[in-house]
Amino acid sequence: MEYLKKYPKLFQWLFLLIVFFALCFAIDVPETYKFIRGQAEFVKDPNQSVYFFLGKEVRYYAFDVFWRLPPLLGWLPIWINDSLFFLMNEWMPMEFWNEDTQEFKTRPLLLQISRNLTSFMTFLIELIREILLGGLETIVAFTSWDFIDAYPWLELPGLPWTIVAAGATILAYKLSGKGLALFAGLTMVYISIFGQWKPSMQTLSFILVAVPLSFAFGISLGIAAYKSKRVENALYPILLVMQTMPQYAVLVPALVLFGVGDHAAVIITMVVAVPPMILLTILGLRAVPPEVIEAGRMSGCTNWQLMTKVLIPTARRDILIGVNQVIMVCFSMAVISAFIGAKGLGFNLLLALNQLNIGLALEAGLCISLIAILLDKMSLAWANQQQDYFGNLTFYQRNKNIIFFGGSIVVGIILAYIGTFVFKDTFNYLFEVPHNKGISTADFWNKGVDWIFDTFFVYIKAFNTWLIVDVLQPMRALYLRMPAVATLVLAVGAGYLIGGVRSALVVAALTLFIALSPWWDRALVTLYMATFGVVVSCLIGFTVGTLCFQNKKSAAFMLGVCDIFQTFPSFVYLIPVMMLFGITDTSVLIAVIVYATIPATRYTIEGLRSVPVGLHEAATMSGVNKFQRLTKIEFPLAFPHMMLGINQTIVFALFMVIIGAFIGTEDLGQYILKALSDKNGAGIGLTLGICVAFIGLIFDNLIRTWVEKRKKHLGIA
Amino acid sequence: MSETVIKCESVYKIFGENAKKMLEESNGNVDAKTFQDKGCIVGVNNASFEVAKGEMLVVMGLSGSGKSTLLRCISRLTDATGGKIFIEGQDLLQLNNKELIELRRNKMGMVFQSFALLPHKTVVENIAFPLQIKGIKTEDSISRAMEMVKLVGLDGRENYFPRELSGGQQQRVGIARSLAVEPDIWFLDEPFSALDPLIRKEMQDEFLRLQEKLQKTIMFITHDFDEALKLADRIAIMKDGIIEQLDTPANIVLNPATEYVRKFTEEVPREKVLVIEDVMDTSNKNNLGDIKVSKDDIIENVAEKILTQEKIVGVVDSNNNIIGSIKPSTIIDTVFGGRKNNS
Repeated sequence: MEYLKKYPKLFQWLFLLIVFFALCFAIDVPETYKFIRGQAEFVKDPNQSVYFFLGKEVRYYAFDVFWRLPPLLGWLPIWINDSLFFLMNEWMPMEFWNEDTQEFKTRPLLLQISRNLTSFMTFLIELIREILLGGLETIVAFTSWDFIDAYPWLELPGLPWTIVAAGATILAYKLSGKGLALFAGLTMVYISIFGQWKPSMQTLSFILVAVPLSFAFGISLGIAAYKSKRVENALYPILLVMQTMPQYAVLVPALVLFGVGDHAAVIITMVVAVPPMILLTILGLRAVPPEVIEAGRMSGCTNWQLMTKVLIPTARRDILIGVNQVIMVCFSMAVISAFIGAKGLGFNLLLALNQLNIGLALEAGLCISLIAILLDKMSLAWANQQQDYFGNLTFYQRNKNIIFFGGSIVVGIILAYIGTFVFKDTFNYLFEVPHNKGISTADFWNKGVDWIFDTFFVYIKAFNTWLIVDVLQPMRALYLRMPAVATLVLAVGAGYLIGGVRSALVVAALTLFIALSPWWDRALVTLYMATFGVVVSCLIGFTVGTLCFQNKKSAAFMLGVCDIFQTFPSFVYLIPVMMLFGITDTSVLIAVIVYATIPATRYTIEGLRSVPVGLHEAATMSGVNKFQRLTKIEFPLAFPHMMLGINQTIVFALFMVIIGAFIGTEDLGQYILKALSDKNGAGIGLTLGICVAFIGLIFDNLIRTWVEKRKKHLGIA
Repeated sequence: MSETVIKCESVYKIFGENAKKMLEESNGNVDAKTFQDKGCIVGVNNASFEVAKGEMLVVMGLSGSGKSTLLRCISRLTDATGGKIFIEGQDLLQLNNKELIELRRNKMGMVFQSFALLPHKTVVENIAFPLQIKGIKTEDSISRAMEMVKLVGLDGRENYFPRELSGGQQQRVGIARSLAVEPDIWFLDEPFSALDPLIRKEMQDEFLRLQEKLQKTIMFITHDFDEALKLADRIAIMKDGIIEQLDTPANIVLNPATEYVRKFTEEVPREKVLVIEDVMDTSNKNNLGDIKVSKDDIIENVAEKILTQEKIVGVVDSNNNIIGSIKPSTIIDTVFGGRKNNS
């Protein structure tokens, strides 16, 4: 009894668990139950039940409602799909003047808008491609193949690679100095001599359109939300869902709306990249001290000046993190959007992965990562650059960058011209190294992989088998063994215990949505993979973070490593694991673990760092040793922040699990991937995406509520 | 008195949703308690005063007394709920946004407690900021800012970032920035409160030196009574949004208007605050000794001189005319028995 009074929460939790397990044991697995491998609506099985809703037929396997809820929301994807189709093809037909045919043509409004939008995007992308690559394709677009045949020099790219490389180096030097210049130069040379020039420039042109547009949209919406509560309230739920929505899932509806190609990829990238930018803009602007705003006002700023010269620069830390996120998302989307026909490195990467050509995939992946890191560092340096008012500079000093760039153009063109003599009967390597005609280390890597496989095959296989048979399969079976009702009770109970009625209701609504969708079993599989990934990631992340925290230098080093790893597009993580473990669940899980360990480590270090120095000293003076200080002072105080890390870890893990469908998993991601190639996939893809987002949001809600309460309790809110 | 620069007539600032309506209904009798029950918080309650050109008015009050709110009403960083504010005869509350910006760009400067420097700009850029906002060319604004850097003694640090400076240095930047546009009116919101005592004293002296040179019209906010006595021409003491007393430092020390004000004055060493004029006897100008003191001398500085005289000491004004006299016993009274003045 005394314990009960002392720890009431503990007993409430125990009670909840008892109820949960009691339900699990009380509800038997129906004899007819089996994990459904195909989608119910495509399987015509006489055992299926059928119901009609709004004229839509929904087929499903009926079980005891305590075991699995019937998919009452099964009509939703079909309905979304039909609505989209209706909007695109039948809604508001209007007459539009067609320049080419010189006549009016009737087209639905939305279709026309989407076509205009996509042609605008295409224009922007082509414009940049023209400068970076130019040559053949664009000229063909304006003239004809005959024209090219007549003038073979037209096949040359826009600029020789030497000039673009020199330009990048000089720009990096101007922005940040020698270090970055060296990195930029090496990156460009690598891209070039490895024959990745063309796909890299294609990707770059895509990025150079997507990043500025996302940034502009994100920051303006962020400012609008900062200025008006109403806008914020309208945006917030969308932002929340978008934050946890897997990037895959957005692709499918985009296919319907914008078609296939680079333009659709840019639009879809913006949809994914804008939300974090908005959130971070709001966060940054909110954190500007009121006195700084007043100082701006008293200096006589107009509203515009206040925003551009005081608020945004003062909030630039958070805004820059936003830019970093935008770049990150854009690069990972550069790969993912290859699924809907975007050209460039992403396409090559996917192709190489499909062919299991790990070496090629590695080279393409390295290219993407290098460009991502380069752009990230450049944008950072650009935002932090300083002006020198007092330097008495000569004309040469002031304009040396321009002079150098001019010089490099001349040298580049001369080199290219010399190249025409040196490489008379072959490619002009001083102009452009054609794709797959450069140096390649792919063979080396492939052989390396083969060697590793041959040498360690037994061990890898043994580990693989052990993990799958002894750990993963039982865990998966356990998850699938949970009756729907028990899961609901557990989720709602946890919500109530953590955040009261409000949280309980939110969690209940989110869980019910998934339970009533046709994919409950799949969601459980996703959940099991995510759980496994998150648990291992957190263990590794907390350990590594805590160890690194013991020393200032190693902590800073680790945060730097996290920064770099975070800039890698998520797909890149699949390459090394496929090298080692082939196409198995193990591969996916290891990619998940590697990817999700980043936030876990980062937040652990940051959390431990946030413990006030005064407390350290107080603890030291009370005579604690290092271990006691860690367990008694630092962990309890840093824990709320570390929990936010777990939150991020969950989101990262879910993303990776879904991407893992590419390797082949039997979860929600597999269906999303399927929906991509399905004519009617839009509704399914979107609903599946929402399901994944909701899984993330359930944990997000619980963890955030807990953290807020805990912080208030500890007085560190 | 010379011309009035700032003039407040029954200024109210009440926070809350129906503040305006409730103020109208109350007919000027604002009671903090009843307002609070209805969810409104009274920031400034019926403040009326004038500040003359070149005068330094120090507003003193503890935290939550509404002193900063009053300052923000007068600089119109918040809009007063009721009353009228005139800046050089212009009705501040009637100004439109454009006129207000013009006023701030040319007439007003403000210094903040937490310095409020822009973290992304260097010292010289921070100081040049109000000039650049006005649209002055970069070269001119930077050279003007460099003059200000010298004025506040930060030469050699003009390219530092605020985070690289100590608190005192940061506030020097804040002061320089507020003075860059050569404002007539200077608002200082607890400028030295965030500094440690030694630096604070140094900055106060520096501030007095600057003021002697510049002769601005100043509203200075502080929670430190000693600081108020040291700097002020006149002091306004605020409590719960109400100005309890507005008077010269000497009068506040000698004749506290309310019990609240008296509590502040109790611990004050009078001989350091009062000047001869405050305690002299104007009726008796005969039988004076040879030694004379000026009416503006602080008692502490001349006490020994007076106490060692056998005769009554004469008091002269700046033209050396005798305007009164002072007995040694008066000095002793002031220093040791001053408290009976209160009764």
